[in-house]
This record gives sequence, C-alpha cells and structure tokens, in this order.
Amino acid sequence: MELKTKYLGLDLEHPIVASPSPVSHNFDGVRHLEDAGAAAIVLFSLFEEQIRFESESYAYFDHMSSNTFAESLSFFPKMEDFKAGPDDYLELIRRSVRACTVPIIASLNATSPEGWDDYARQIEQAGAAALELNAYYIPDFDQTSQQVEQRYVDMVSIVRKAVSIPIAVKLCPYFSSMGEIAHRLVAAGANGLVLFNRLYQPDFDLDEHEVHAALELSNPTEIRLPLLWIANLYGHLPCSMAGTTGVHKGTDAAKYILAGADVAMTTSSLLKNGVNHLGTILDDFKEWGDKHSYESVNQMRGAMSKRHVIDPAAFDRANYVKVLQSYLPKRDLHVRTGRWDPI
Amino acid sequence: MKSTPQAPLAISSHLETIDGNEAAAYVAYRVNEVCSIYPITPSSTMAELADQWASEGKKNIWGEIPDVVEMQSEGGAAGTVHGSLQGGSLTTTFTASQGLLLMIPNMYRIAGELTSCVIHVAARSLATQGLSIFGDHQDVMAARSTGFAQLCSGSVQEAHDLALVAQAATLECRLPFIHFFDGFRTSHEVSKVDIISDENIREMIDEDLVIAHRRRGLNPDNPFIRGTAQNPDVAFQSREVASIFYQRCPAIVEKAMEKFGMLTGRNYRLFEYFGSKNADRVIILMGSGADTARETCEYLNAKGENVGVVQVHLYRPFSAERLLQAIPKTATKIAVLDRTKEPGAMGEPLYADVVNAYFESGSPIMPRILSGRYGLCSKEFDPGMVKAVFDELAKENPKNHFTIGITDDIMGLSLDFDHEFDIESPDVHRAIFYGLGADGTVGANKNTIKIIGEDPTLFAQGYFLYDSKKSGSQTVSHLRFGPRQIRSAYLIKNAQFVACHQFNFVERTDVLHPAQKGGTFLLNSHYPADQVWDHLPKIMQEQIVNKKLRFFVIDASSVARHAGMGNRTNTIMQTCFFAISGVLPRDQAIERIKYSIKKTYGKKGEEVVRKNFDAVDHTIANLIEVKVPKTATGTAELIKPVAGNVPDFVKRITSRIIAGEGDRIPLSDIPIDGTYPSATSRWEKRNIADFIPLWDSELCIQCGNCSFVCPHGVIRTRLFDKELLSGAPESFQAAPIEAKGFPSTLYTLQVYAEDCTGCSLCFEACPVRDRVQPGKRAINLIQKTDAIIEASRERTTFFEALPVNNRSSIDFSTVRGTQFLEPLFEFSGACAGCGETPYLKLISQLFGDRMIVANATGCSSIYGANLPTTPWSVNSEGRGPAWSNSLFEDNAEFGLGMRISSDRHRKTAGKLAQELASEIGEDLVDDLLNATQITESQIRLQRARVDALKAKIQDLNSPAAKMLRVVADSFVRRSVWIVGGDGWAYDIGSGGLDHVLSTGRNVNILVMDTEVYSNTGGQASKSTPLAAVAKFANGGKQINKKDLALQAISYGNVYVARVALGANPQQTLTAFREAEAYNGPSLILAYSHCIAHGINMEKGLEQQQLAVHSGYWPLLRYNPEVRQSDENPFVLDSARPSLKFKDFSDNELRFRMLKQTNPQQVDQMMQSAQTSIEQRFRLYEEMAKGK
Repeated sequence: MELKTKYLGLDLEHPIVASPSPVSHNFDGVRHLEDAGAAAIVLFSLFEEQIRFESESYAYFDHMSSNTFAESLSFFPKMEDFKAGPDDYLELIRRSVRACTVPIIASLNATSPEGWDDYARQIEQAGAAALELNAYYIPDFDQTSQQVEQRYVDMVSIVRKAVSIPIAVKLCPYFSSMGEIAHRLVAAGANGLVLFNRLYQPDFDLDEHEVHAALELSNPTEIRLPLLWIANLYGHLPCSMAGTTGVHKGTDAAKYILAGADVAMTTSSLLKNGVNHLGTILDDFKEWGDKHSYESVNQMRGAMSKRHVIDPAAFDRANYVKVLQSYLPKRDLHVRTGRWDPI
Repeated sequence: MKSTPQAPLAISSHLETIDGNEAAAYVAYRVNEVCSIYPITPSSTMAELADQWASEGKKNIWGEIPDVVEMQSEGGAAGTVHGSLQGGSLTTTFTASQGLLLMIPNMYRIAGELTSCVIHVAARSLATQGLSIFGDHQDVMAARSTGFAQLCSGSVQEAHDLALVAQAATLECRLPFIHFFDGFRTSHEVSKVDIISDENIREMIDEDLVIAHRRRGLNPDNPFIRGTAQNPDVAFQSREVASIFYQRCPAIVEKAMEKFGMLTGRNYRLFEYFGSKNADRVIILMGSGADTARETCEYLNAKGENVGVVQVHLYRPFSAERLLQAIPKTATKIAVLDRTKEPGAMGEPLYADVVNAYFESGSPIMPRILSGRYGLCSKEFDPGMVKAVFDELAKENPKNHFTIGITDDIMGLSLDFDHEFDIESPDVHRAIFYGLGADGTVGANKNTIKIIGEDPTLFAQGYFLYDSKKSGSQTVSHLRFGPRQIRSAYLIKNAQFVACHQFNFVERTDVLHPAQKGGTFLLNSHYPADQVWDHLPKIMQEQIVNKKLRFFVIDASSVARHAGMGNRTNTIMQTCFFAISGVLPRDQAIERIKYSIKKTYGKKGEEVVRKNFDAVDHTIANLIEVKVPKTATGTAELIKPVAGNVPDFVKRITSRIIAGEGDRIPLSDIPIDGTYPSATSRWEKRNIADFIPLWDSELCIQCGNCSFVCPHGVIRTRLFDKELLSGAPESFQAAPIEAKGFPSTLYTLQVYAEDCTGCSLCFEACPVRDRVQPGKRAINLIQKTDAIIEASRERTTFFEALPVNNRSSIDFSTVRGTQFLEPLFEFSGACAGCGETPYLKLISQLFGDRMIVANATGCSSIYGANLPTTPWSVNSEGRGPAWSNSLFEDNAEFGLGMRISSDRHRKTAGKLAQELASEIGEDLVDDLLNATQITESQIRLQRARVDALKAKIQDLNSPAAKMLRVVADSFVRRSVWIVGGDGWAYDIGSGGLDHVLSTGRNVNILVMDTEVYSNTGGQASKSTPLAAVAKFANGGKQINKKDLALQAISYGNVYVARVALGANPQQTLTAFREAEAYNGPSLILAYSHCIAHGINMEKGLEQQQLAVHSGYWPLLRYNPEVRQSDENPFVLDSARPSLKFKDFSDNELRFRMLKQTNPQQVDQMMQSAQTSIEQRFRLYEEMAKGK
C-alpha cells in the first residue's frame, strides 16, 4: 500500500503523526520521534498563560522577597536576561527544523489576540512548517455561544493575517453546531482541523475535598467521538483533517483514515508503550491496509465517511435508538442534513 | 577629586547609579582571575555579583571569565586565596567582620610571603556583648597587624576608585591590601558613580607586574619551596627582611593615585585635607564619616569658624610624614576619631598612630591631640556631632577619650550635641519614605534614584534602613537629589517630602517628625481624602498644621488591585512622588517611569509591563490633595510600643527601642554584659496581619494540628473545667473535650490575633472540611478589624487567666497532646509562615523548662534574639529556655561546652549532696542521684526532690551547702540543644559538628535545613540540592546535597532523624522525643520550607508533603538504643515515593529558575536529580531491611 499522504499541504511519507506530548519538550525527544518513524511532529504546545505565569511568578517572588531585611536584600540570583517569552520554544523549533527531515509543526495556545498574533509570527520565523492552534477557552456565564464561536473565528483570522504557513485548528468537541463552526473556521483561513482536543477535566480528591488536576492517557474507545465527526465532515470542507485521540494501534489509525482524516495523531500510546511504538502502529496500519487490498492511503481516505458508508444514518442516530432497517431510500437520507448536502 | 582636578587622558567613562559593594566589586572582578567567596553581611553583594557576572560570561580585562568558587567558610576562602596566589593567579575575596577574623591566619601568611592581592572589606563591627551586622572599623582594626596594607574609601565613588588604586599598588609594592569601606553606610548606599572605563583599568594595571606576580607562582618546571619552618637563627631576620617594602609602599600608593588622577580626573592623596589653610582645630578620621566632617567643616568655616578635616586613605603602612604634611601647622588641637574600640588601650588605633607620628617627628609644634570614638555599629554620625567635636576642641579643657553619638552617664565621656543641627543645602531635594518590607518601597526608591540619576544635571543618593523583623518589617528610605555630588553620609533630618506607604505606621510612629516646614506629605490611605483627617493621631494633625504641610492621599492598594497588581503598590507610590515632588517635570517623570518599567519587566512579559503601565496611568487620577483644617481636631494618641502590665525592663528600655528611641538610651540603662530578659516578644503587639484565624469550635475535632504547625505560637489551647467559664467574654468559644469520661472538661482554642502574621498555615493544616462548604475548615482566615482585635484581646485576657494544664497529665507522645504544652518560643519576627520556627516551638514545649540552647548565627539567631525583643519565653513557673549565641562557625562546640558545664555542675552537686547526706537525708540524696528522668512525671518528681533539697539546706552555712544551693537545679536533667541552619551544619560548622557527634556526649543537634543560606539572602550551601538555583549556584547546583544523616549514622552511636513536620508531624514528634531521651549525641535534620525556595509560603506544609512523598526528603530515624534489643536501628519512615521529583520541584522557583539560568542542562540535571532520589531511596530501603 502506498502510504504517502498530504496534510495541511505538506507531503508526508505516511499518515502517522506524533501529536503534542511531553516527549517533544526537548530536542532529543523530537529526534526520537523522528527516529521512531513519525511522518510529522507536532511539538508540545506553547502556552501563553504559562509564559505569563512564569513571568508574573518571578516578578512576584522577586518583589516579595527583595529589600525586606538588611542582610537579605534578595533571595535569588539576578537574572538580567530572564526569558519569560517563547525563546526556548522557538529555539526548539529552530533546532528541530534543522535536524529533522519530517515537517515540524508548532502548537500554540494563546489567551489574548496579541498573543495569537505575536507568538504565531515568531513561530513562523523560527521555521515551523505549520502551526496548530490549540484552542481552548472556558467562557464566562454571560457570553453567548455566538460570542464564543466568534472568538474562535477571530483567533483564526488573526493568525491567518500574521502568518503564511498552514494553520490547523485543534477543536474541542462541544460546539452546538460543529459543521457550521468548522465551515467558518476554514473560511477564516484554517487549512486543517484536528479533532479533538482532550480537554482538561479535573478530578475530585474526596479526602481533601479539593479539585485536582488529573490528565489521564486516552484509551481506544475515545476514538469514537472524533471518528463520528471526521466521518461527518469529510467531503464538506476544503481543508485537511487530523484524527487525534485514542490511536493505540494501527487499526485505530486506519479507522481515522477510513473516516476521512488525512493523518492520525498519537500521543497516549507512545507515553504508555514508548516512542518506538509509533513504528508498530505504522506497521500494523500498513499490514491492515495491505490485508484489505488498499492500494494507497488516498484510496482508503473517507471510505467509511458518512458520504460513503452504506448506512449514513448510523452517524446521526440519537443515542442508541435501535433502528433495524430504514424504510427510506438511501438518497433521501441526505435531505435531513441541510446545508451539508453532498457537494 | 579632592585637589586640583586634571583633565582625563583616556577615554571617558560613564555614570551609573550603584551601591558601594557593586562599585568595589566592579573593579575587583575586572582585575582578578580568581574570586574565592563566602557570604557575610554586609559584603555578600560583592561575592554575589562576582558569581553572577561569571555565570553571565562577563570577562575581566584580560578577556577571561574569572573563576568564582564558593567555600565553606571565610577561613576556607582565605586558604583558597592563598593557594591561588601561590599558584600565580590574581586572586581576591570579599568579606567583613567575623569573616575577616577567620581569614587572619592566612593573611599573615599571604603578607609574610609578599603576595600581591586585594581583599575588599565592607567594614563591620565584631560580635562582642552582642552581634551587630552594622558598620564600623572593628574588623579591619583587628587585622591591622597582619602585614596587609589598608586603604580606606569613604564613599561609593571612592570604593570604586580606590579598589583600582589598591590593585595597582599591590602589584608594584608586593604588599597585599585590605581595601575597605564602611559597611552599610557605603556598601549599601546607592549613589551616582563615574564608572572607570576598561581602558583606564588596563592603563592602571602594569602587565609586567602581573607577569612578575605569575612568575612568583609555584611551578614544577622551576621548583622552589616557600613556607618553610624556621628556627631562631633566621626567623627573626626573615620577619625583618621585608620591612623595606612597607617603607616603600606609601610612595607607591601615592604614585598610583597620581596616575589614577591623570586618567580619570579624580585625585586622591594618602591623607586628604579639607578646610581652612590655617585651621586651629582639626578632626582626623577615615571612612564615610570624613564626608560628613568635610561638609560640616565647610559649613562652619563659612560661618566664620577656622577648622579643618583630615581624611585618612592609607592607614597601613602609616605614613607619619604625609600625615604631618597634611595637617596645617596652625592646628593647636586635634581630635582623632576612631570608628572602633580597643578596650583597655591608651587610645584607639588611629589616635595612637597620630600621637606617635607627632611624637616621633620631633616637631616643635605639638598640638593637643584628643581621642574620640564615634559611629560604632553604624551609629549615626551627623553634622551635629561633628560640630560638637569642634566645639569641644575649642574648650580650654576638652575631654579626652570622649564618645560622640551616645549618652555616657557612667563615665561621663560622651559629648553633648545638637540633635537638630542641620546644614543641608536648600537646593538638595530630600525625601523620606516609610514602607513595609514587602511593599516594594525600597525597590521603587532605588529605581527612582536610577531614573533621576540618568539626568546629567542631577546627582542622587539613597540610603535605606530596615528593622529587625523578617515579617512585617518597616523600611525607611532616605533619598537626596541635587545639582552636585552628594556627600551627606548621614540620615535626613529635614525632608521636603515625606511619604508613608502604610497607613498603620501613622498610628504608631511620628513619621512627620523629619518633615520640613512647607513640605509635602503623601499618605497611602484606605480612607478617602475627605475622611482621612479624622483618622490621624493628634500629633500628626498638629505637625501638618504647624508645619503647613501639603497633604496628599491615594488609596494605592485599591489602584494596585484594579491594575491586577495585587498588593504591589510600589509603582503607584513612586508615580505619586514624581507627580507632586517636582524633582522632575511630571510628564517627563512618568515617561521615565514607564521606560524604566519596560526596561525592568520587558523580558518578564508584556502582561507585567501592561499592569504596571495601568497602575501608573490610574495613579494621577486617584491622587488627591487633602484640604487641611486650620487646627488639629483629633485626640487620638500614638499607639504605645508595648501593651499591658509590662515588666520594668521592658518599660524602661525595650519599649524605647521599639519606639525608635534606642539612640537616646543612656549607658546606665544598658545591660553591662549583653544579658537581656527572656519573654519580651509578648509585650510587642505588632498587629501586622491583615487576615487572622478564627476558630470554629463546632467543626473542630481538637486534633491540635493548627497549634502544632503555627510558626509564631499564636494558637494556644487549654482544657478547663466548665465551671471556670463564668465571666467569659461573649465571643469566647469552648467545646466539650473530644474524649469520653470528662463530662465537665471543656476545650478552648485561642488565637493571639495581635501577634499573628496571617501566614495561614493553621488553615492549611486543619484536616476538617465543612460538609456543606468544603472550603471552610475548623479554623479560617478572616479580615481583621478593630472590633475583631478588641474581642480577641478580651478572649486572650480571659484565656490567660485559665489554669495552665498540668504537664504531667499531658500525653507528650501525640500531636494532639502537645497543643496543651505552653510554647516557650512565641511571636518571633521570623518570616510569616516560617518553616523553621515550628520546630523550635515544639522543642520549647517539650523540654523548654529545662533546656539550654546554643544557637548558631543565622536566621534563627536573628528572629531568636535580635533586639528589641526575644521570642524565647518562660512558663507560668518562670522557667524557660536559657539561650545564647556564640558565633556562626563554632555552635556545635559552643553547645558541647554547655553540656560539659552542665554535667560538671551535676557532678559537683552530687558530690556536695553526698557530703551533706547526713543533713539532707540518705534516701533523698540517693533519689536525687539515681532517679530515672525520662518522662515528664519523672522530671516533675525530681523537681520536687530538688525543692526538698533546697528546703533542707537553706539554713546551712557550710561552704558545701552554699555551693550546693547554686548547683542544686542541675539535678534536674538538662536538655542541651544545639540549633542552627544548614549553612552552619553543612558548611562553616561542619567540622565542629562532626567532632561533637564523635564525643558521644548527650547533646541534641537540630539542623533546620532550608537548603540555603537564608539569613544572608539565599546563597548555596552544601545542603543545596542538585538542580536548585541559588546565589553562588546560578546555573543550578551541580552536585547532590551532602547526606548528613548517613554521615552521622556512620558513627553508630549517634541518634539520627530526618523529619518534615508538615509531612508527618507525628514522626517529627517521635523523633524529637527519642533524640532527647537518647543518652548520647543526636542529630535531627528538619526540613524547613523557606522564602528562599520561591514558594507561596502558605503552601509550605504542602511542599513538605510533596518533598516526602516524592522521595526528595525521605523520613528516617536511626536509634542506636534499638540495637541493644538486636533490632535494626535504621527505620525508614517514608513509604516508597508515590510522586516524581518534578511534582515537588515544579512548585518552587529555585528549581523552575534552572530553565532560565541553565537551559542547556536543565533536562539532564532534573533527570539526574530524579535518579539520585531513586538511588538514595533504594539504599535506605536496603538499610531498613533486616536487623
């Protein structure tokens, strides 16, 4: 099977891509991902909030502990060239781009329009092949869903104006109308969508009665939600799609490609099994494709999208309503989807 | 500078606003290849800067980065200096006070071998009857016989210039130099300095001399021996052979000064003379006092007096010839002022030298020469004092060996002086700022000086005072700005501008005393402009009215909050100063503030800059001028410095020190030998917390955790009979005891709100969660109000009247039990939420009534005994810890001495009791000598026996009985505690500690391990962990901390424990009790979270838990006694790590900074740290296995 594919306009040797993870926190990790066979590497996310936190916490401690007592006018070495900005991240991009043959895709999570604009520019200048916008926003109670959606669209517009490299938007799955917002994001300049962002979901510590950060690795069953939407969106948007979450085996990757994704991204399985597991996923993926007589990834892509499956209604059913067999002719099934009629 | 200025020949330099330490270090770093360092106040900054510059890759004038190495003590630093010099490298060090004393042995060597080097000293007093971190010349005078030349600078500019002159001279004359300047007054004064260009520095350093120095170094290709042992035949001659070098030295220094003058236009002489050419009275002195004397001299001469001042630069070798040339022949009376004291001498050193110079000169003119002491321990030396000295000289029979600046009502040696005498020029703008340590006032003022200093037409000076507390400390900034260089090395007495950045200060301090008539007063007030007047004390109102002050207020806290800056009001108050002081045009000033903010915070992120800009922009709109009434209308008095029915000493002396009147306390009121009463912090109700704990008796489970962890001893509990509840204040809370079988017993918990720092550790330690509101606990922080304080006072009074719980009926073995023990360490001035003080409080509760403490110098000696008050307290019986501090380096030995002495008394008492057995009773004597004293009830029984003994011998008059009465108390087992920090235990006192452990004597050593030199500002110690950033470890500590526990365990007979009170209080308690009960040496390593870790101090306990659960700080106990029962003495009290090191380290700035300071190695170092934690834990697990 021919494995070559395109994602965000980038030529990739195959569709297995390393998504943001602690592995890419340093240059050695990036090299390891390439050596393990990743077709592209999405670096860990640069968080504007983290940068702010670092700078503000240093300013706070510098302030709180300085000039308070005659013997200890400070408690930390002076850092004349304190780097609270994205310097380290940009340097990682530069080094990775120089050293790797696979595309290096940066990931950004900003919290302000200025942040999106400024950091995106710097990332492009550092040589990233593309930029993934790790968009995640908890709205205030007085914000309407339209305002929230507009915020995402504005984010894309800002970055689109700032850079000429391809941009992908990693979305959360909780939009009221996923198709509509996807269209708007693409119209605003997104070259691709990454489905989905696994959101921060805190846990409770019942002993302490406290809320704790708890990020669990994904499991294979989590593939279903993104699978649903990739299959739904396939063929409706002039952009790339990446399936992420729940890719633990080659067959998981195959599902995403079958649904319509250009690439399948994986992190949890690498954290669980080691970076070299990426090669195993790729081998399994290829083996499955060969076994099922696919000639290429391009041929495989979208084969099980809503457009192409025998029973598209399987994607639309509310909950687990048992429908044995539709009484409607297949062609009529498309009518209910409104503006998502086949192109 | 002092004589005719000459045009500089070389490339012009540039101006910078820096302090004296930086001024000296700037030169020292550029002209040396090796810096061997160790921190000591007030010189630490020099070493810190050298280390920082090296880590930043800054180069010396030879294009190399000097090697900067931190040693374990100043003695070690000196040894390294010596060795490096013998290796032929240009080498320096920086020190002060005791540090210089520790260097003396090597200094004799270095000088004896004619080795070129310069030691830069921020001169400081020596520890005698007490420790003082402040400036005088006691240290350099103690080193004057070492053979080092001594060159003294009197100002920040001079510290910069003469550092270079010293280096040039040492290379030529081969004598090593001490270059010194006054600690704090010069080392910490911020001033505008003309920085010497590198070209001029190179011009001053003769490369041939550098080569000659290098050639004298040890070299196996050209071997020789140096440092022989010499016999009487040649040793004397060897000592004399170098005398010629001392004779040549003054001329060489003079030559270097001349060359320096040619290069820079700043001219110096060995002895500078200022004043009338035919002066009849002359003062001779050195250091920063010279500028004050010069200024006053000029003022007095302008008023028609005929006086002069000689400033000594080169003190050793002493050039009598040049001195006499400097003094006008017309001088008939000379006062030689020494900033030191040599008890028992005919006079102080400089005086003796001046007298001798005249005597040996054979001069027919012999003026009358008087000796005076001034300015010891940074005692203020101001124009009024200078005038008093000149006035004294004018008398027919002036006092000799006088003192100035104090009131000597015992010997009558002090001179009276005019406290209000003022010579300040009207074109110098003077401003005083009262701030809180943590509110950024000093930092903002340093910034203001820089901003103004950037104006080429203005000169600026800043000097800052800090109080003795580490929490809620007050700072006072003295700033001068003027059109010419400012030489006023003394505090401002008349300020055109006074700002008070904390409203509560005006309730306690007469902040307007130094306000000049017609001046401006700026107050940060939460009361609006139309209400603030009514909240001012009467004395404030009177001064505002009488001095016709313009009065402005701003609610800076509110502006800061709105700008998202939390409690950081510094930028706001700084903007106010510029807006109303008129030092610079307002718009220009604001523009410069913003530029400065951008410069300071630009790299820290746009958000920080934006918030500061917002604060600046909103300041002007919120700055309101108060319409001042024509008369004072208030009646409120200033809050008294101490409260309650205070003891006489506290009333007469302590209260005056607290009130800032210590300068005026006469000698007769001062303890003669440094002995002060205990239990004085309880009278100083500081009221520094904005939020205080409130107990919820219904939710409380009476576990005692809050009381256990309280660093300040403000949470007290008692059990009492419910019948005693009658008469309790309405707000007094009590609950039935959480135990069966005591139906009439109530439990109460009292928060001493006025002594609380609001650290919130009690809240963090509370295990209770309200079922409906999990955020609520059994103890919660609430905003303090006057009503709350008043109610708290009432409750405290009632609480203190309740009977103290009987120690013998308290379960010492549980955390719950300890809460009922009186803390005999209370209300210290340590940082809010201090990680050390809970340990001290605990030992004071457990053993305080029979405890002697040897305390190493450091944080614990400062919050433990920095006047005016001490937290070491007494119990209801009047017993309590007896405390003393010797030095930093000798604490283990000091404590061992206490043990030996205590045992000696015990032996003497035993011997005497046996001698008197027939009168005392055989049985009682037998019990006194042999009774077991482990448990509290056994101790109580022994106390009863001692009382019985005293009763039996009280009427006996035999010598044995008299002596026995003195030592009888030693029958009660004494608990000797040797306490200190890691700087002492791991570094400077390591050898002594090791030796004391090896003696097998029964001492308890408590190391409160903050893993850094906390007191001097966060320098790395051998306890600093791998990957932590600290001063002297800018790129992160490269190796693991020393495992002191394993080192001690290797003796086999030492009880060792590693504890973390926040992680496992019960293990801590058990370890403390086992250690104390063990009849041999014990060592407890106690994890102490610290402000120097860069943590939110409210989360200190949580960090302790993370430290333990990540395996970073594994808890253990090694009890040699267990071996007797054939068990494994090593117990690992920590479970296998359940967290990663990162889970702990990510919360601490000291580790997070590594990414900034050493990005190349951060990942590898953090991984190494994790690996070493795992390796150590495996080792401990192995040790804990089997028997």
